[in-house]
Amino acid sequence: MSYVASKGGAAAIDQAHRLVAHALQRQEQETASIESALRQQSRAVDRIMAEAALYAPYLAAKALLQAQGDIPEAVFLLRAHRVTLPQLATALPVARSQNRPLRRISAVFKDLPGGQRLGATYDYSHRLFGYFADQEAPKAGDALGETSSPAHTSPADFLLREGLLEESSCNDEPDVLPDLTREPLQFPAGRALRLQSLARADEGFLLGLAYSTQRGYGHNHPFLGELRQGLTPIYLQLPELEAPIVIGEIHLTECQSLHQSAATNSCLTRGYGLQLGDNERKAISMALVDRALRAAELSESIDAPAQDQEFVLNHGDNVAAMGFVEHLKIPHHVDFQSELQILREGRQREGGTDCAD
Amino acid sequence: MQTESFAYLDEGSKRAIRRRLLKAIAIPGHQIPFPSREMPLPYGWGTGGLQVTAAILGSDDVLKVIDQGADDTTNALSIGQFFARTAGVRRSTRTTEASIIQTRHRIPETSLREGQIMVYQVPMPEPLFKLEPRQTETLRLHAWGDYSLIYLALFDQIARRGRTSIAYDYPVLVHGRYLMSPSPIPAFDLPKLHQSPALHLFGAGREQRLYAVPPYTRVEPVQFSDRPFLPQTRKQPCALCGSTSSYKDEIILDDAGTRQFLCSDTDYCSERRQG
Repeated sequence: MSYVASKGGAAAIDQAHRLVAHALQRQEQETASIESALRQQSRAVDRIMAEAALYAPYLAAKALLQAQGDIPEAVFLLRAHRVTLPQLATALPVARSQNRPLRRISAVFKDLPGGQRLGATYDYSHRLFGYFADQEAPKAGDALGETSSPAHTSPADFLLREGLLEESSCNDEPDVLPDLTREPLQFPAGRALRLQSLARADEGFLLGLAYSTQRGYGHNHPFLGELRQGLTPIYLQLPELEAPIVIGEIHLTECQSLHQSAATNSCLTRGYGLQLGDNERKAISMALVDRALRAAELSESIDAPAQDQEFVLNHGDNVAAMGFVEHLKIPHHVDFQSELQILREGRQREGGTDCAD
Repeated sequence: MQTESFAYLDEGSKRAIRRRLLKAIAIPGHQIPFPSREMPLPYGWGTGGLQVTAAILGSDDVLKVIDQGADDTTNALSIGQFFARTAGVRRSTRTTEASIIQTRHRIPETSLREGQIMVYQVPMPEPLFKLEPRQTETLRLHAWGDYSLIYLALFDQIARRGRTSIAYDYPVLVHGRYLMSPSPIPAFDLPKLHQSPALHLFGAGREQRLYAVPPYTRVEPVQFSDRPFLPQTRKQPCALCGSTSSYKDEIILDDAGTRQFLCSDTDYCSERRQG
C-alpha cells in the first residue's frame, strides 16, 4: 500500500484500519478482556487515568486494549472521550485526613505515629524472573489490601509546628481556582495551574526532568517527607441538602517532598505531587518538578530546564507532544516542494557545489 | 529462579571491577570509570556498592550490611538477603566480626581495624556536581586541582550565615590531592575516615564510577584555616543505651509530637546494652 496514492486515499485508509482491527481481534469489545486488564495491567490503567485527567478505570482499561498497550495513545482515547462529558458539579476539596492509606511511608523519620506501612510494593524485591512465584502466601491475619486509619499527623505537620518548614506555599491563589481543562494555559502560570499541568503530564517526561534536578541541573536536594496512597471519598455539596454527600471513592497517590532552599537556610521548602491511582514514580517526579518550578518565587537562580515553566509546562503533555512529533508522518509535500525550489535557486545563483564537498 | 555465578556477576565482570578498584586504591580519591552492570536491584538502591561487594567477596568473608546505620532497615535486609542467596556468605550484624561492611549513609561507631573493608553506596560521586553539573568541566577541574568553586561556595555560606551549611556528603580532600564525595554520610562521621586503618571502597553504579580511600590516608574536610570544619555532635542520650557520643535517629512517638532519640548504629547500641 503506497503512502499517498494520487487517487484512492479513502480506500487506503479503510484498509489500514482493517489491519489494526485484525491485530486487535476485537478483543477490546470483550468485557472479560477489560476485566482482566483492570486486574493484570492496573498500573498501566492508573497511568492512563492520571495523564488523561479522568478517573474511569473501566474506560482506561478499554483504552489500553484498543491502543494495543500504547499508553499515550490510550491517554489520547480517554482525553477525547473526556471532552464529550458535561461538567455537572465541582466536588469539595479532598481531605487528606480522610485518605485511608493502603501504603504510607516517610523517608525522613525512622518511625512515626501510624508507622511505616509498606503495603504491596516491589521496592525491596530482587528483579529476577520468578521472584514472586517463590513467595509464600500471606499469613492469615495479614492485612490484605485493607486500609489503615487515616487520622495520623503527617511528618510535614510536625516540622511545621517546630517552625522548620515553610507555611503553605500556595499564596498566589485567587478565590476561584483556575481549571486547565476549561481555560487555555497562559504564562506566567500560578502554582495551582502548574500543578494541574504537571498532574496530567507524561510520566517519562517528568521523570527525566525530576532526575535532572537530582543530578545538578537545578539542584535542590529532596527528601521524601511522606509518600502515601489510599482511598479518598469524594464529597459533593448539593444546594438542596445541608450536609455534603459522598458520591464515591477514588484511589490517590500523594507525595510531599521537603527541600533545602538556597535562598533561606532557616526552613525547609515544599514540593507537592498528587496522582490518580497507584502512581508513585510520577507523584515523586511531580513533587520534584513542582519544587524546581518554584525557583523564582524562592529567589533562586533559574538556569536549568526543570526550573523554566514555559519549557516544562509546554512540553509535558504527551497528547500534544506525540501529535506534533508524529504529524511529521502526514503529507508535507507542498512545503517540501517550495523548500526544494529555494535550494535549487540558491545553487544556481551561487554556482553551487555538491553537499558532499 | 535463574542460575547465577557466585555473588551474581560473572567472573569476567567481577575481574573488570577489581582491576578498576586497584587503580582507585592507587590514586586515592580519584574517580575511576567502570563498566557498571544492571543489577537486579534498582539504581539508587545501592547498585554501585552491590557490584563492589560482589567483586571482592570470597566464600570465607563475613558480610555486614547496614542502611542508615541499622542492620534491620528494609534495604539493608534486601541486600543482605541478595548475597545470602547468591553467594551463601556468612552474615553478621557485629561490626567487629565483619570482614566486609556494605553501608549506605553511615560509618559504624565502633572503630574499624586493619583488614576490614567498608563498601559505600554512592549516589553522586562527583563532589562538585551541585556547582557544576557537566562532567566535561569537572574532569578538567580535578585534573588541575582547581577546587575554587567549593571554596567559593563555603565562603558564600559563611558570609551569609556565619557558618557552613553542609550537613551530609561534606566534601573532603584526600591526601592533599583529590576532592571527594564521602557519600551522604552525616558530617558527624567524617573524622572516622581520616587515617582509618580500614580500606574504604566507594561504588556509584548509576554514574559508573569507583573510588577509594586506602588505609592510613589523610582525609580532610574542605575548610578555611580561620574557619575550621567543626564536627557535628549529638548530645541527646540514646533512650536505650544512654550513649551521648553516637549519632541518633529521631523517632516521633505520638501525634502530639513526643520525640525519642535512639542510636542509628543498632549494633553499637545493642553491644552497649549487653555490656
